[in-house]
Amino acid sequence: MGVTLTKAAQWTSSGTGKLELTPMNESLLKEVLRSVEQLFSRHPQESKHVFEEPLQWSTTLVASDFKTDYDISEFNVQSNEKDSEGQPLLRLSPPTVYVRSFSQLSKLLHLAADKKLEEARTCLEENRDAVVKILGPRFADILEREDTQTDPVDEDTSEDSEVKVKLFRLLQNMDQQLLSKLLEEISEHVRLDPAAANSDVESLKQFCRGGDGRLLKSVRYTSDYEFSNGCRAPPWRQVHGEICYLIIEPCDTEDLHITCSTGGVYLNAPSPAPIGRGECYAACNIIIMVGRTDLHIIAYTTLTAVGKVEENNPGREKSGKKKQATGAKGKLKAEFSLSSLPGRMTPQKSKTLAGAMELSSDSSTEDEDEEELSERRLQIQIEQSPDYWLIYKLVKFLKRGDQTATVLCLCAMLDLNLMQEGCQLDIWDIGGVEVLLNLLDSDEVKCQTILDMDGLQSIVKILDRPYKDLKALAAETIANVARFRKARTTVRRCGGIEKLVKLLDCLPTLANMSPNQEKDVEVAHCGVLALWSCSKCNRNKEAIRVAGGIPLLGRLLRSPDVNMLIPVVGTLQECASEECYRIAIKNEDMIKDLVQNLSSDNNELQMHCASAIFKCAEDKETSDLVRKYNGLEPLVLLLGKAEDKKLLAAATGAIWKCSICMKNVAKFQEHKALESLISLLTDQPIDVLINVVGAIGEFAKVAANRGIIRKCKGINPLINLLTETNQALLVNVTKTVGACAIDRDNMAVISQLDGVRFVWSLLKNSSTEVQSSAAWALCPCIENAKSTNIEVLASICAAISKIAKNKENLAVLTDHDVVPLLAKLTNTTDERLCLHLAEAIGHCCMWEGNKASFGEAGVVAPLVDYLKSNNSAVHYHTTMALYQLSKDPNNCITMNEKGVVKPLILIMGSDDEKLQEAAAGCVRNIRLQALAGKIPPPKKISIGTAKRCGKGL
Amino acid sequence: MAHISLLKRKAIHALAETLSKQVEHFNETEVEALIGLYHETLGESAAQGGAVTGLDRNRFRMLLYHMFGMTDDMIMAGVFRTFDKDNDKFVNEKEWVKGLSVFLRGTLDERIKYCFNVYDLNNDGYLSKEKMFNFLKDSLLGQPSEEDPDEGVKELVEMTLKKMDHDHDGRLSFDDFKKAVKEENLLLEAFGTCLPDTTSIEKFEHQVFPKQGKP
Repeated sequence: MGVTLTKAAQWTSSGTGKLELTPMNESLLKEVLRSVEQLFSRHPQESKHVFEEPLQWSTTLVASDFKTDYDISEFNVQSNEKDSEGQPLLRLSPPTVYVRSFSQLSKLLHLAADKKLEEARTCLEENRDAVVKILGPRFADILEREDTQTDPVDEDTSEDSEVKVKLFRLLQNMDQQLLSKLLEEISEHVRLDPAAANSDVESLKQFCRGGDGRLLKSVRYTSDYEFSNGCRAPPWRQVHGEICYLIIEPCDTEDLHITCSTGGVYLNAPSPAPIGRGECYAACNIIIMVGRTDLHIIAYTTLTAVGKVEENNPGREKSGKKKQATGAKGKLKAEFSLSSLPGRMTPQKSKTLAGAMELSSDSSTEDEDEEELSERRLQIQIEQSPDYWLIYKLVKFLKRGDQTATVLCLCAMLDLNLMQEGCQLDIWDIGGVEVLLNLLDSDEVKCQTILDMDGLQSIVKILDRPYKDLKALAAETIANVARFRKARTTVRRCGGIEKLVKLLDCLPTLANMSPNQEKDVEVAHCGVLALWSCSKCNRNKEAIRVAGGIPLLGRLLRSPDVNMLIPVVGTLQECASEECYRIAIKNEDMIKDLVQNLSSDNNELQMHCASAIFKCAEDKETSDLVRKYNGLEPLVLLLGKAEDKKLLAAATGAIWKCSICMKNVAKFQEHKALESLISLLTDQPIDVLINVVGAIGEFAKVAANRGIIRKCKGINPLINLLTETNQALLVNVTKTVGACAIDRDNMAVISQLDGVRFVWSLLKNSSTEVQSSAAWALCPCIENAKSTNIEVLASICAAISKIAKNKENLAVLTDHDVVPLLAKLTNTTDERLCLHLAEAIGHCCMWEGNKASFGEAGVVAPLVDYLKSNNSAVHYHTTMALYQLSKDPNNCITMNEKGVVKPLILIMGSDDEKLQEAAAGCVRNIRLQALAGKIPPPKKISIGTAKRCGKGL
Repeated sequence: MAHISLLKRKAIHALAETLSKQVEHFNETEVEALIGLYHETLGESAAQGGAVTGLDRNRFRMLLYHMFGMTDDMIMAGVFRTFDKDNDKFVNEKEWVKGLSVFLRGTLDERIKYCFNVYDLNNDGYLSKEKMFNFLKDSLLGQPSEEDPDEGVKELVEMTLKKMDHDHDGRLSFDDFKKAVKEENLLLEAFGTCLPDTTSIEKFEHQVFPKQGKP
């Protein structure tokens, strides 16, 4: 509100402090009213905040206008709502009204009904410093300064500060909304006329006074002659709506050249670009701000209406401009040149710019990136690189220079830190990219040697040219550019991959290379770098393969040069995610070279080699090859480089995948790999942990190793990892814990650490993979569960029943002989155990064959006994289990013998339909057997049973 | 080369044999072909009579223009001066072959030396600001009239000097130049193109050298 009121509202110039009766003010007032009402309805708490000082104005309202909630005495009115000190929040002593909170304010406005607007106007007129009154001077200050970064919370200690801060934020938002609303309106209506321009210039001139402290040195027209219509522009320019030209000389920066026209005020660009008159800001309403760092914002003038203040960089002038370029829409070129001055870009503008930048992009998908770019530009625009003016000059020379000058400029530009984003954006800003792109199209070899941001297609075309230097540079550029996804796609689409692959054709292993061959190798190096960047995308991997890149990469892999090897192996490991590459790596005998390079002294190379092996070694033949080429020992040695986490992750990954093969595990153990791995179970990043645990899991498949894990105190950290959240890690941890649990002594440790419970809780994990591996892990736990502790047994049974709900898990459980295990437990009287055991048996019956097995294991008889329990839960699960078991004829016979029917009939009387159904189903099955003559007919009850059966079903 | 007499051909052959031992980048056949071209160029004027001691400045420039598309007077003068080692205002056969060896196939070091010599108008071993300015004065095109047209060039010179003048004495010595070019090869022809580009070299060699003469 603050900014809007001070800057946007049109106050009468006479100094009486009246708001002019203009349509704009009216809409402003309406907006203010709306906002106040909104504030009241949406933020009741904040609107109750008591103002620092009351807002007071002469109202047209009289006591009779007030209704309930007010204490009315003749002419005076007081609100019933009071502050903490008992002062009323609204007080009317005609003609003045005092209001001290938003809620009262909004109520008052409501009472005023159709005089609302009038009230608001007077209120604002008589409370020019409304914000100060509401929030106190310090907050208002911040609001006025628009310094959104400043957080007043830290400074304020008073108790109601929180509400105050909220209110402050609300007001700030309100202010913003008001401004943007207004702006929309303004840009539709306003047109400048000579008189307005003149008065603006006069007000600007006020800033030129005041000696050293002044803000502007001078403001002058370019022409002293004033035509009869008040314009100063020559008649032939007046036709275009131009009114006058100004030169504003600020104290701290270069002069500003300004064109006032009926369409708005334009800041002329500092140098005439070839596009002509377009280099001015096309915006309907611009305010020219001349800022100075020390005071943030000092000078501003409204050359029609509203403006936003631009914060400045030391020593650099900037012009703020507001959006809405109605007149200039679609003029891409003009828009593009707009960027020749640093300034705040509105989203709309950025989009147009993005459009202009699409020069070289091939599809609409590209402009997202461009938008991103301009958004980023927005974010960092304040931090323009210190070389801005140098870049500006260079680009200027580039535009005009001949070949020699161009080369000199390019060299100078190379000296700048082009990789720095700020610099790149500056070049972009100034329009340098366009120039650089033009250079690319030129025939001059040397000019084509730099380019940092765009023009991929041109670059790809260069790859066809015969100059090797150029090819190398182009490939290098692609390598840089292709870090972005969109760029990678573009490279592929314009056939770049194929061309890059062609570059790889060289003989890197030659002992004595001619300079020419050396060049080839260099070109190949750059080509690989580019492919490496490109290979991050799956389609590109395919494209590389199709273009015949794999054998060429294989050849380069024999190069003795580390710099060459890194990108080659990098590309290979990136591509090894694809099956066909893994096969190729195996068949082209690249494993040998990869293994060899594991012993390189370059960490990065080792890392890429290890991760290539990591990705490939799942294949048995490949992992055999790794062993054959003695690759296992260097992998173990890499575990010692614990400080390089990426390397460690790759090495542990490779060990993990290699250890799937038991022969490798044996080999690894010669080098004490397991011991090293166990030491890596703590304090490692997640991707290292995943691999380490995975590897330990594989090692634990060998009985001897399980003992080592315990002896090296590996179980404790493993159990701790069960509480992690990373699902890939959990899968491995549960598997490993499961593998360890096969060892009795290990199991003891696991139980002691409450590991079973942890694993069990993982059954609830959202990932099915985690669930199933947790189930796997439980199996050996269960097998080893010879515990006599009823509690443990009960929990294991509960676990089994949970796991068994999943078909696959059930299969696993069955494989692990769950049936006899459970059967062994049935002779118990403990109710808890009975309950879970019955439940587990019931669920395990879902597996074909288990029903019969249970029967054979003799569980039916004890289960029937459970029905004697008084616990309804036990009844429930037992009945369920019996119902399942009854599907096997032999079980029915046993049940019948044990006299199950009677209790079941009692249970049928239960309220639980499911239970009824199960009991009835069970009886029905028994009955069916009886009818088939397998069971001697029971006496008396058979008819009733059958009837009830029918009812139950 | 029908108009070249047998006798002359023999002489050329003998000369080629000697020269090819002195020049690094050409074999005997190539040297012979180059001398052939030399005489061919000379021949026209020789036929018109008058004693000819070698290629004079004008003929040399015509050759540079036709063969390598060079146009800049000052550069061409520099190239001539560099070829004309003994400073007798004529390029003789030996100078011709030796010059072309650098011109077409010189190593980086040779080319650095060559370029520096071309730019060093008065052979004093330094490239002063004035010399640079002279070379660069036409390098910025389309200067807007209100600006001092030399201003941009001066800035360009300053910029270049800042980049290349390692000992900060306000001028470029050969060492400065060499160091700068070694750092950034693009600076080799910093003050104007004085070497042919790859395409015209290929074209020239294709035209002049017999096919088997190629290495």
